[in-house]
Amino acid sequence: MHNHISLETGDSIQHIGELILSTPFILALVSYFVSIFISIRRERPWPLYRTVFWTIGVFCCLTAVAGPLADRAHMDFTVHMAGHLLLGMLGPLLMVLGAPMTLILRALSVQQARKLTRILRSKALGVISNPIITSILNVGGLWILYSTDLFFMMHENIFLHVIVHIHVFLAGYFFTASLIYIDPIAHRTSFLFRSIVLVLALAGHGILSKYIYAYPPNGVPESQAQSGAMLMYYGGDMIDLVLIIILCFQWFKATKPRVTVSPLSV
Amino acid sequence: MFTKNVNSSMKSNYSNRYAYSNRNLWSGFLFGLGFVAFIDETVFHQLLHWHHFYDRSTTSIGLISDGLFHAFSWLATVGALFMVGDLKRRSAWWYMRWQGGVLIGAGGFNLYDGIIQHKLMRIHQIRYNVDILPYDLVWNIAAAIILIIGIIITIHIQNKLKRELHAHA
Repeated sequence: MHNHISLETGDSIQHIGELILSTPFILALVSYFVSIFISIRRERPWPLYRTVFWTIGVFCCLTAVAGPLADRAHMDFTVHMAGHLLLGMLGPLLMVLGAPMTLILRALSVQQARKLTRILRSKALGVISNPIITSILNVGGLWILYSTDLFFMMHENIFLHVIVHIHVFLAGYFFTASLIYIDPIAHRTSFLFRSIVLVLALAGHGILSKYIYAYPPNGVPESQAQSGAMLMYYGGDMIDLVLIIILCFQWFKATKPRVTVSPLSV
Repeated sequence: MFTKNVNSSMKSNYSNRYAYSNRNLWSGFLFGLGFVAFIDETVFHQLLHWHHFYDRSTTSIGLISDGLFHAFSWLATVGALFMVGDLKRRSAWWYMRWQGGVLIGAGGFNLYDGIIQHKLMRIHQIRYNVDILPYDLVWNIAAAIILIIGIIITIHIQNKLKRELHAHA
């Protein structure tokens, strides 16, 4: 897709990029396990399935930013799209299911936890946990990436490459966290509102896939654009289906009819 | 919503049915719409390969309509099934009311797909390299029949509901 002036310098720059992108994920994994350790020492056990979700989620993201898949993503658009699904959708979903905020609040001291809750309640976090904002950041960002020259430029410039990948992950994470409430969230919206926004975001993702199929980004051969677009469409469907099932299940639990024992009838 | 469930075990199941008759109809409608979209994707796109992922003659409004309905159909299917679960746990499940909704949703969406999306927006045709007219006729007439049966069932149940409510009033 792009020509290295010198294969060696190109490679070393690429490795620096991989290092910058993978360090935060490794730190996230280590901090999670340290928090579990502290939590268990305070005799508050942490569910194994959350640990499994978080660990697999982090590895999904690591696979997308470093190693053989990340290397091949530079050459092959279909592989790039597989990486996008891992870093922007599957990884964030699994990490949200890992409930990191709940775990951190358990591991911190009471004063520190209060400080963190104050941050979580702040206006800034209210904005970033609004599904409309996170959908625009997520799907809008992808439209800019694939419908402009940004995708081409990203492969020429290591700085852009790092920024785009950080954005894809963060936008995916906040998008997921704003739609399914696993961690405590101060600024909540209704199920109907979140359902409508989720459908619009999913539609935006599907339409973009077909747009890529019809108009390949600059520098991407048509056959690769077509198979990449279909992977984006159906892969995105599968992950969004999981989001929809979780959202509907949360509605199902929340609307459970209250069985009341009236004190008058006793 | 709270009072509707009080003493549910003492009254007959029917009072809950009547109270949630609209939820039965909506759940059926959403399931019908979603399920037909699912069959369209599995049978006509994936198994038969008649429908195409993208057609060069697609209008941009067709792309948007297709994207919105495709996304909505997933939520509709899953949401409708959770609504069925909700109706069952409230002892408010009313099969015929729900089935009427299913047929209206299925027939209505297929008719929209067959006339608006295939013909006007040209998202893709039913099949390629064949005389398309018989395919279009079978598709749309079948859709219309399903829709009409759904409407008849719904009107029939609606009248029954009215009679029952009058009798109890």
